[in-house]
Amino acid sequence: MADVIAYLEMRDGTPRPVAREAVSAAKTLADRLGGSVVALAFGGTGTAEAARAMAAFGADRLVVVEDDSLVAYSPDVAVAVIQHLAAELSPAAVVFPASAQGKDLSARAAGRLKRSLASEVTELAVEDGMIVVTRPVYAGKAYARLRFRDSPALLSIRPNVFPVIEHAGAGAVERPAMPDVQEKTRVGPIEQGERDRLDVREADIVVSGGRGLQGPEKWEILEHLVDALGPGATLGASRAVVDAGWRPHGEQVGQTGKVVSPSLYFAIGISGAIQHLAGMRTANVIVAVNKDAEAPIFDVANYGIVGDAFEVVPELTDAVRKLRTSDG
Amino acid sequence: MNSIVCIKRVPDSETRVRIASDGLAVDRSGVKFDMNEYDKYALEEAIRRKEEAGEGLVTVLTVGGDDARETLRQALAMGADEAVLLRAETGFDGLPVAVALAEEIRDRPFDLLLFGKQAIDDDGMQVPAMVAELLGLPAATVVVSLEIEAGRAVARREVEGGHETVEFDLPGIVAAQKGLNEPRYPSLKGIMAAKKKPLEEKDVTLVEGGLELLELSGPPDRPEPQILGEGAEAVPELVRRLREEVKVL
Ligand SMILES: Cc1cc2nc3c(=O)[nH]c(=O)nc-3n(C[C@H](O)[C@H](O)[C@H](O)COP(=O)(O)OP(=O)(O)OC[C@H]3O[C@@H](n4cnc5c(N)ncnc54)[C@H](O)[C@@H]3O)c2cc1C
Ligand SMILES: Nc1ncnc2c1ncn2[C@@H]1O[C@H](COP(=O)(O)O)[C@@H](O)[C@H]1O
Repeated sequence: MADVIAYLEMRDGTPRPVAREAVSAAKTLADRLGGSVVALAFGGTGTAEAARAMAAFGADRLVVVEDDSLVAYSPDVAVAVIQHLAAELSPAAVVFPASAQGKDLSARAAGRLKRSLASEVTELAVEDGMIVVTRPVYAGKAYARLRFRDSPALLSIRPNVFPVIEHAGAGAVERPAMPDVQEKTRVGPIEQGERDRLDVREADIVVSGGRGLQGPEKWEILEHLVDALGPGATLGASRAVVDAGWRPHGEQVGQTGKVVSPSLYFAIGISGAIQHLAGMRTANVIVAVNKDAEAPIFDVANYGIVGDAFEVVPELTDAVRKLRTSDG
Repeated sequence: MNSIVCIKRVPDSETRVRIASDGLAVDRSGVKFDMNEYDKYALEEAIRRKEEAGEGLVTVLTVGGDDARETLRQALAMGADEAVLLRAETGFDGLPVAVALAEEIRDRPFDLLLFGKQAIDDDGMQVPAMVAELLGLPAATVVVSLEIEAGRAVARREVEGGHETVEFDLPGIVAAQKGLNEPRYPSLKGIMAAKKKPLEEKDVTLVEGGLELLELSGPPDRPEPQILGEGAEAVPELVRRLREEVKVL
């Protein structure tokens, strides 16, 4: 069969931004294979209503399991439903977001179905009827092109890489009953961090700071810049400042932190160690601000300013604010 | 408390990756290898649990080539009790490795089965949850803290913008993230003791995975960098370029 299943990750009762990307990517695949898109969601009362919005991105069918016990992630229930759908539809592929939840679930599904999984896919193609993916390996120091030999092809797509495409699908909603499974693993509700900024992997603009900022109390200048850049922007950090306890681990960009692909990345007071570059070199545009003209970060930056962050950043924040105001 | 820890030998994170001339592998010459960083957190956790309980066995397992012996010795020097090398070539597909590990683990008794959250060569984040399903065990992935009481584990795992707790009864699986603990370095005494600890080796045939590697290539080139000037004076030019040239503002 040629249908493609897209996993809709929900948070606080609505599909997360990565859900739109998963449906759009599934739609692109399904069109090439001549199948339809089946979106799959789990959650409490109201989930089906919220998930229906995904029809605008190409979902033809929405399979929604609603139960109050599913407000938090239930890997055992989710993997059982995926197994059931895979048997019923013999889909060509199942597309997950490469988010924390998507990576956990996709690997469980792969183990359950005994099918291989391609993680963090950045390109998708159909060649001679077979699904071919490209994914970074060695923290993006190399790219592997891989062909799926059998179906379903299981894959997780890197957030912020695949375009969101508006494309009306039929959006028919089905609500199967809760499967009868014994939950071996019980997951509690998500405890959000104190500040509700976007995750670095999902932000369109990332402003990262390094040891050059001299101390955690100096982060204010970066926060002002993030605020000026608008709701799509967020803060990132180098490992040096995370290890020093200046910033939370969730903000770390790099080989042992998160790999980000925003449209705009600012590296402020970051030297550009190979492990940091591994996490951000796929950003569309990179801007570096560093006192040292020889810093390796300038080798990967589209634009560089040699200078003191404490002079450059406030000036930049002002300029961005003015731009935003004049745009209305 | 008996634990099994799955560890992998991977190129050091400083490595500059060179693609071999056939375009299907990484050139291993001159590359420094080490135990995967996250596997060190997993191993440290197993050793600490054993030390706290005052009894138990820590077994380390790897699927790899002959050179992985060195990594197993390193684990024994840190404090593992016994090691098993399943000799086979691995690639970018987690499933064959997960199947081989699950087969080896199936008949071994244990309370905790530990993994790193991710191997820094294939960056898969696949094997732990695959093994969980293959063995029908509960699992928590990307774990930053772990409490165990009366046979029940409560793990905190990292998710976007926060954490969630994962609870399950032992035996179960934990995949370690940085933050779980501070791994020890092998002591001189540990290195000496490791030489006498059992290291079993056997050849295994991996099942054929569903992924065929067509090509390995370097990352796409970045555009030629442009230094726009010095200090705050360069800001207007930067903003102009971001707006007009690359249109991201
Ligand atoms: C196994 C391993 C994994 C690692 N993983 C990661 C990872 O995931 N992410 C990561 O980031 N690192 C990682 N690292 C660490 C990495 O090697 C570097 O140590 C780290 O990235 C350096 O952080 P930094 O650039 O903030 O600090 P530094 O290297 O100290 O650089 C500070 C920079 O600030 C500049 N500066 C100083 N003052 C000012 C000022 N007033 N204005 C402007 N610029 C100024 C300096 O010129 C310098 O270039 C890893 C290392 C290892 C061994
Ligand atoms: N070849 C291997 N041998 C033993 N353990 C492995 C192997 N590959 C992966 N693992 C384990 O699975 C974890 C996740 O790996 P991966 O899914 O490849 O990112 C690693 O941190 C190891 O604990």
